[in-house]
Amino acid sequence: MIEVQSLTKDFGSIRAVDNVTFTVRKGEVLGFLGPNGAGKSTTMKMITGFLAPSAGRAAVCGYDVERHPIKAKERLGYLPEGAPLYVDMTPAAFLGFVAGIRGFRGAEQKKRIARAVRMAQLETVYNQPIDTLSKGFKRRVGLAQALLHDPEVLVLDEPTDGLDPNQKHDVREIIREMAPEKTIVISTHILEEVDAICTRAIIIAAGKVVVDGTPKDLEARARKHQAVTLKMRNIPVAAQQMLVTLPGVLSVESVPGGIQILPKPGEMIYATVEGFVRDKAWPVEDILYARGSLEDVFREITRGAERAPAQAEGGRA
Amino acid sequence: MRLRNVRAIFAREFISYFTTPVAYVFLIVFLALAGALTFYIGNFFDRNQADLESFFTFHPWLYLFLIPAISMRLWAEERKSGTIELLLTLPVSPWDAVLGKFLAAWLFSGLALVLTFPIWLTVNFLGEPDNGAVLAGYIGSFLMAGAYLAIGSCLSAATKNQVIAFVLAAAICFLFTLGGTNIVLGFVASVLPQSLVELVASFSFLNHFDQIKKGVIDLRDLVFFLSVMGVFLFATTLVLELKKGQ
Repeated sequence: MIEVQSLTKDFGSIRAVDNVTFTVRKGEVLGFLGPNGAGKSTTMKMITGFLAPSAGRAAVCGYDVERHPIKAKERLGYLPEGAPLYVDMTPAAFLGFVAGIRGFRGAEQKKRIARAVRMAQLETVYNQPIDTLSKGFKRRVGLAQALLHDPEVLVLDEPTDGLDPNQKHDVREIIREMAPEKTIVISTHILEEVDAICTRAIIIAAGKVVVDGTPKDLEARARKHQAVTLKMRNIPVAAQQMLVTLPGVLSVESVPGGIQILPKPGEMIYATVEGFVRDKAWPVEDILYARGSLEDVFREITRGAERAPAQAEGGRA
Repeated sequence: MRLRNVRAIFAREFISYFTTPVAYVFLIVFLALAGALTFYIGNFFDRNQADLESFFTFHPWLYLFLIPAISMRLWAEERKSGTIELLLTLPVSPWDAVLGKFLAAWLFSGLALVLTFPIWLTVNFLGEPDNGAVLAGYIGSFLMAGAYLAIGSCLSAATKNQVIAFVLAAAICFLFTLGGTNIVLGFVASVLPQSLVELVASFSFLNHFDQIKKGVIDLRDLVFFLSVMGVFLFATTLVLELKKGQ
């Protein structure tokens, strides 16, 4: 379990993380989303005890990271941003070093390393110096290091960055498999990843949490969520005026090759529109139904938040 | 502080010296300079004495710029490459990391010292030196190297730029070395009372090493070097904590 309470971090006069609060429970996979520089990594660095917060606190499995750093870190696996590694070592030597610090010796150490190597699929490069490895392998060495002690809490900063599609898939599989037994936080700006593995998503922009919900909640916030598009070449006279009077319809817009009907928030209009079109016998080629895209939500929300500080400054001037 | 952490960090660090050419370059330069200074400037043969004073005399000056070359990478390199984040988010205390890294660097400088053994063989071949005094000289030199290293460790923790770490460490070490010479003392004596002059002089590495290199081991000199190490290693942990809050 991770508890983050009013966490704040100032770098000089810049507030990088601003009063962030959330709790992640066992079994949850929290996706941490946000544009670059939004404060995702800084928040993770404070949860893992690398940076001290300017205000607020973070706790891992009930242990305050500042007051009981060793106890918190023992329960934590962390893949830092960019997966820094001792590149002059081989994965074998490097994992041996981490295992030593984690307190594993002899046969137990061998078993732990073998398991982590298997999970991260490092068998083929086990004895090659890390600086000769590809970006994908380096990332997986970092992942193996984080998984070595089978920690209760995993904090992974962009775990799939720089991996090819197959490797991305593999890493997501690893995370999905472990998820029920662990508390996991991953940061990413790949939105499909959130859909694929996260049970919950937090969007952070300009250091503040702007959205906290399930990926489904997030989709529902998209303006075009549940929108229905009618594909037709010849649009009947006054079609738009007729459609906009249907129950649950917010607005009707023309789009290339047809018209798009946007629902009021929370309304399902597909059946209504479909029935209406059939009654009128309009020459519709296709009826498309859109799920809200996370990309849209992400853009709408984070753009708004990034603009806000600028407006505030303008107001003062 | 946990011994197993110190040991793991020490071992990783010590082995890492030999995976790059740095170690070999350092050892060769150290041995070449130590030899050249002893024989050409120290007039080892002309003194016609079976001791190693002309060898040990140059150690403070040799360390002055060679030790910062070892210590500069201790923390600055980790900060630059980001591995410091990996290291300090493992369940280790700052003391574990500071001590493990320091001991690795100290042992490495000790290795350089041990590899000067041909000069000890030479002096034993030419005459009958007091080998107790020679041993005392080696112990003193080793302790002094540790003190220089601890200063360098502290300055390396403060920056991610190895060049800055080197220059600052050399500058501070220079002050500590020269604290006992007339350059510093003459100036201090002209502006400060006598008691403070003695205080400044008491921090001089040259003064503390002066007796040791002649083979006289005074407990106070040993305590002095050990204290410098303790103080600067403690300062290193403080710098790490401070950086965490920035």
